[in-house]
Amino acid sequence: MLDLVLDPLAVIGRAVGSTCRVAGSLALFAASGLSHIVRPPFYWRLFARAMLEIGYFSLPVVALTAVFTGMVLALQSYTGFSRFSAQSAIANLVVLSVTRELGPVLAGLMVAGRIGAAMAAEIGTMRVTDQIDALSTLSTNPMKYLVAPRLLAGVIALPLLVLIADILGVLGGFIVSTAKLGFNPSTYIMNTVNFVQTGDVVSGLVKAAVFGFLITLMGCYQGYNSRGGAQGVGAATTAAVVSASILILAFDYILTEMFFAQ
Amino acid sequence: MINDAVPKIRLRGLRKSFGPKVVLDGIDLDVMPRTSLVIIGGSGSGKSVLLKCILGLIEPDGGTIEIDGRNVLDLARDEREEARSHIGMLFQAGALFDSLPVWENVVFGLIAKHKVSRRAARAKAAEFLAQVGLAPSVGDLPPSELSGGMQKRVALARAIAAQPDIMFFDEPTTGLDPIMGAVIDGLIVDCVKRLGSTAVAITHDMASARRIGDTAAMIHHGKIIWSGPAPALMDSGNAEVDQFTHGRREGPIQMELRR
Repeated sequence: MLDLVLDPLAVIGRAVGSTCRVAGSLALFAASGLSHIVRPPFYWRLFARAMLEIGYFSLPVVALTAVFTGMVLALQSYTGFSRFSAQSAIANLVVLSVTRELGPVLAGLMVAGRIGAAMAAEIGTMRVTDQIDALSTLSTNPMKYLVAPRLLAGVIALPLLVLIADILGVLGGFIVSTAKLGFNPSTYIMNTVNFVQTGDVVSGLVKAAVFGFLITLMGCYQGYNSRGGAQGVGAATTAAVVSASILILAFDYILTEMFFAQ
Repeated sequence: MINDAVPKIRLRGLRKSFGPKVVLDGIDLDVMPRTSLVIIGGSGSGKSVLLKCILGLIEPDGGTIEIDGRNVLDLARDEREEARSHIGMLFQAGALFDSLPVWENVVFGLIAKHKVSRRAARAKAAEFLAQVGLAPSVGDLPPSELSGGMQKRVALARAIAAQPDIMFFDEPTTGLDPIMGAVIDGLIVDCVKRLGSTAVAITHDMASARRIGDTAAMIHHGKIIWSGPAPALMDSGNAEVDQFTHGRREGPIQMELRR
């Protein structure tokens, strides 16, 4: 009888203990990675490579996502707003949605799928083939060499991507509104420019920086701690994408609450 | 293998467990300067864990690891890293960085430790490749385009490039044909002698053990059960060692096979 009560408690206890262990290990990993950004030497060549990988090579997928999102937003809001004769608010809705929410979140999720997976796979393969141990034996701190440049590149590259995504998202809305829905182009632009505020864009860029950090952190952390050959690397890759995606959505709410809660 | 003179590496009571599995159970071992020690033992006997403990890649549960008379486990992190920066390692599968071309792999430690410029390091890479019998043109290839033997030679070139005092070799001939194995062994002996390094190799390959080692030791169930001169390996007088070196199925070492 006692076992019936204690067994579920033991399961809950183990789950809580395991979660705390992972959270602690992740926090220490993040702190170590950040500390290596500010302590020399810093590997600028690797930073540039990571910037190229995260920023430049992610541009097509982020751009397409942003354009189509803006287009769909305009189309959907038109069908809703036309019932209340509020079509003029479409430009406002598109720019606000894209800059505050959809730009950073969708770019973050796209980059998490593309970069988080690639980082976890690359670092995970290095782990299971002893390349990370080899770094240590060659007077090179793996956290400094592998993690710090990627973290910094994530924090810098994602806001740049989101800035472009913001512009392209608004452009998508503009194209649909003017070409399909019959809006006057100059009125649409005026509505957009007059309504959007600096805070809307800045809050999106701050979110993007946080998301960039989370994506690279989870990619590096899962890869760095992968075990057990190809299967372990595969599991690390999946875990990197899933955990980064969930963290992006969770932190999106937290940051929105911080920026916009009345 | 316990000696009164100051050894280059001295292990005393080294212990390491992973959960309930005891891997190192009080290892005592001395490696004298400028000698080569070969450690033999079955798969999973703790040979690689032993090397990784000395390298600082795994933290032992207890015991001491002295390098040049200093217990590295008592040193501050920076001092520990400095002491271990004098150790070169040839990993079992080479562990070449596949994101870098061969020449950058070879001089990686040189750039990291000695702050040599990339231009100078590239010229040096050709020298180190020549020392392991590879043409300078190999330097431009990615490691994935090299054969297993060539990868081992590049890994050896990388290990010797920083001119370490101590060199570790983790199963240097595994996966190579006998001729290439003999070539790698010959290069290892040449490099160790030329640098005046102290070497520790772990291997299953008895021919390789006798070619590389001045002395030998066998690890079994986490303990050193025999040590002596490498030429005596095949006729040690120890029942476990003789069973292992002659590859006999019957003997005191029982393989844990589930039927």
